[in-house]
Amino acid sequence: MAYPYRHESETRILSRGFGDPAARTVAGWKAMGGYEGIARALEIGREATIEEVKASGLRGRGGAGFPTGLKWSFMPKDARRPHYLLCNADESEPGTFKDREIIRWTPHQLIEGCLVGSYAIGAAHCYVYLRGEFFESTRVLARALEEAYEEGLVGTDVMGSGVDIDITLHVGAGAYICGEETGLMSSLEGRRGEPRVKPPFPAAVGAFGMPSTINNVETLAATPHILRHGGEWYRQWGTDKSPGTKLFCVSGHVAKPGNYEFPLGFPMMELIEDVCGGIPNGRALKAVIPGGSSVPIMSAEDCRECPLCYEGVEAAGSMLGCASVIVMDDTTDIVKQVRRMAYFYAHESCGQCTPCREGTTWATRILQRIEDGRGTEDDLDTLIEISEQMTGTTICVLSDSLAMPIISSIEKFRDDYLALIRRGERVGAA
Amino acid sequence: MADNGRKADTVTLTIDGHEVTVPKGTSLLHAAETLGTEVPHYCYHPGLTAPAQCRICLVEVEGAPKLQPSCVTMAENGQVVHTDSPAAKRMRQGVLEFYLVNHPLDCPICDMSGECMLQDYVFEEGREKGRGREPKRVFGRDDFGGDVLFYGDRCVMCTRCVRFMDEVARDPRLTVVERGSRAVIDTFFDRGLEGASFAGNVVDICPVGALVSKDFLHKARAWDLDRTPSVCPNCSQGCNIELHTRDNLVQRLKPRENREVNGHWMCDYGRANYEWMNRPGRLEEPAAGRGAKRCVADWRSALEHLFVKLREGAEVKAVGSASASNEALAALAAVAGAAGEVSARVFRSPRAADEVPLPGFPLLVRRRDLASNVDGAGLLGFERTGDDRANGGLEDVAGHDGALLVLGDELTDQNEDFGAAASLYVYLGTFDSPAARNADFVLPVTTFAEEEGSFVNAQGRVQRYRQGLQAPGSARPAWLVLGALAAALADGGVPESAGDVFAELVAAHPAFAGLAWDGLGDRGAALRTEAVHG
Repeated sequence: MAYPYRHESETRILSRGFGDPAARTVAGWKAMGGYEGIARALEIGREATIEEVKASGLRGRGGAGFPTGLKWSFMPKDARRPHYLLCNADESEPGTFKDREIIRWTPHQLIEGCLVGSYAIGAAHCYVYLRGEFFESTRVLARALEEAYEEGLVGTDVMGSGVDIDITLHVGAGAYICGEETGLMSSLEGRRGEPRVKPPFPAAVGAFGMPSTINNVETLAATPHILRHGGEWYRQWGTDKSPGTKLFCVSGHVAKPGNYEFPLGFPMMELIEDVCGGIPNGRALKAVIPGGSSVPIMSAEDCRECPLCYEGVEAAGSMLGCASVIVMDDTTDIVKQVRRMAYFYAHESCGQCTPCREGTTWATRILQRIEDGRGTEDDLDTLIEISEQMTGTTICVLSDSLAMPIISSIEKFRDDYLALIRRGERVGAA
Repeated sequence: MADNGRKADTVTLTIDGHEVTVPKGTSLLHAAETLGTEVPHYCYHPGLTAPAQCRICLVEVEGAPKLQPSCVTMAENGQVVHTDSPAAKRMRQGVLEFYLVNHPLDCPICDMSGECMLQDYVFEEGREKGRGREPKRVFGRDDFGGDVLFYGDRCVMCTRCVRFMDEVARDPRLTVVERGSRAVIDTFFDRGLEGASFAGNVVDICPVGALVSKDFLHKARAWDLDRTPSVCPNCSQGCNIELHTRDNLVQRLKPRENREVNGHWMCDYGRANYEWMNRPGRLEEPAAGRGAKRCVADWRSALEHLFVKLREGAEVKAVGSASASNEALAALAAVAGAAGEVSARVFRSPRAADEVPLPGFPLLVRRRDLASNVDGAGLLGFERTGDDRANGGLEDVAGHDGALLVLGDELTDQNEDFGAAASLYVYLGTFDSPAARNADFVLPVTTFAEEEGSFVNAQGRVQRYRQGLQAPGSARPAWLVLGALAAALADGGVPESAGDVFAELVAAHPAFAGLAWDGLGDRGAALRTEAVHG
């Protein structure tokens, strides 16, 4: 079965096994060099493993882009209390579907990544927190994990090294907020999925009150390759500040949407026009949300010269996030898009913090009223002010994530809002 | 100040331009409090953990990228904090507006009006006009069971109630269901708060009118209530309380913070037991003469006649009460001692089958003794008699042929022959009783709510309570009536206050040595340990 989303210019590190059912087995994965990364880690020791990942410059792929090796080094060095590695597989950022593909095509890549991460931070137990809707991925991963246990790759005495690492799969109930690191911990512990105040940080007080590190699926999946080939090898791709390759999830108005792996820094327009076959039906590009719905919207102009790396997208006024590129052509009704996103955040807010609980819903209702043609120009000021009040005032960044698209859409597409408010015209509504 | 800051156990910081030194581990909210600055807050409560979720206590800390929640941000050396900077004020105004988007603004019919933290903060710092134009969310009303009614629309989702039941009562019966703006406090299925022992506290700690007392519902406006510091009379724990009164009636009891006794809490049993303080049909005027010869007297002539009778001398038996003040009991003991040889000093008091502890605040226990001053009575030389329902045990007393002094025991289990053989029978009480028929003197005294006085609680702590109600008719505090008699019998000065009687009590009873009336304050003082256990 050929993987449908392929392009000849891709750099396939993480996605090499996509579309190949053999990669789902231990034997198949080993044939592709699998489990050599963890073998090397076990050989060179914990500290050196962390150093290797530090040297690679790998940054967290969950959205924040925090350096992975540095994060691992925050864990206490003593082993008086159990340490936990948490793998965040609650992929639910709108527009994102990279972790799902890693798990369902290359489950051993993730298992090996979990072993590397657990070993590096001295964890004897790793929890993989899977999104509740990932039925197929969960099934594939569970089967692979069973085989890995049978082969002695996971569990007691990993690969004869004397190191014990267990991996437990935990399936969530389908809440966006459980993808927030401390919300995930609360949920894993059996509580309401509510983020916690930091400090204390997870490396001090994490899951079950113990030192914990939490990494995204794609981050962990990259580590076996780094261990196998070395940190310097990984730096041959990407930019100085954003080394390595990344899966880009392209969705929306392109001819060939899908997951494509490229070195970070790959030009956005090349991705849209060449790799994904451009915008269909001869339409023009209107806007792009480059990093999943939680980042500022970019106008077509912003995208022109934008390289897809952390610093490049930031310079263009948005954020790389988890590199989920949502492409919108000129038939797109921006007000409706933003309203729909707002509804998502209002629905997914955990409800702890006042600005988020009340603000996301209030903003949604104002946007709905504007969309229904009953808005006023004052509403735009109110929306911006609500958004500012939702920025930096809460425990986690869920409400900030809605504030960004609202503010940026009003700044960049004010005419769309005004056309609706003043004349009842939906710009681009097909 | 600066020197202290260098010590390891304190930190010195600047809040709103004022330098302040606080112990390490003090939150910014508390540090500000020491300067008299209240940082608005909802979810934070000193008796509970702080989830930092209401987000109204955010303050500006120089150098921090964002505003910091002052309830969980610890004070550090050299910190410069602004609670009132434009950024902090703007954020508070924003949070208040968020609260009001869905708040029903039904203050005119809300029990919390006048003591509501939302009302106060909005009045203080809120926008003049709200901008919410959308229809409001409606949750409606729910009976949570017990004495608690829930008005979901008024709720600010601070979750204090949930945390109280989890952390303090350790009886998790409330939770948050749903999420986002659909999140609402709820009970587990139909179980609710029915039968819980401390659930009334959730009404106290609710910062708004979301949780209200059914008993108090629409009974009085907060601003019409007088609040008097007092001590709960319903068991020997002696929880510090306030009497909330209007129209000379107690409307409700509320706990008053005392970390040595009850923290911020009180039990539902104590809270619910106040109607007896309002019971009508009181003894209002002194009276003299037995049976049919009984006639109303004024205090002067009644006490003069009684004084003469007491001087005749006789074997004395005294029945006190575990609900009477230390001052009244000490004066009773003094009068009895001056009148003759005392052969019995007893009291009867009801006892519950079990204690009811508050697991999250172990000092607070609803005690077995369901009277406020069992321990005081014991220290002042009175012995318990009768059964656990405060019946019986007076066989020797009922037929006593000497002087019989009864204070504060209504003698409900005794018949009309009680005291028939007594040479002198004095009945001091709040209600008349069939067993007072043979009394030579019936003297109306006040309840604890109508007088000043002190109790000794089960921890051996002497605690003062204050007068919240006017006494009916000519009723007078027992310490005054008996103190005047004792003074006359001993040629001493007539006490002018409960404090005067207390001073005499301290002199006469070594167990109370070292205590001074003013020193008791509103928090009380512990007896020396050997006094309690020796």
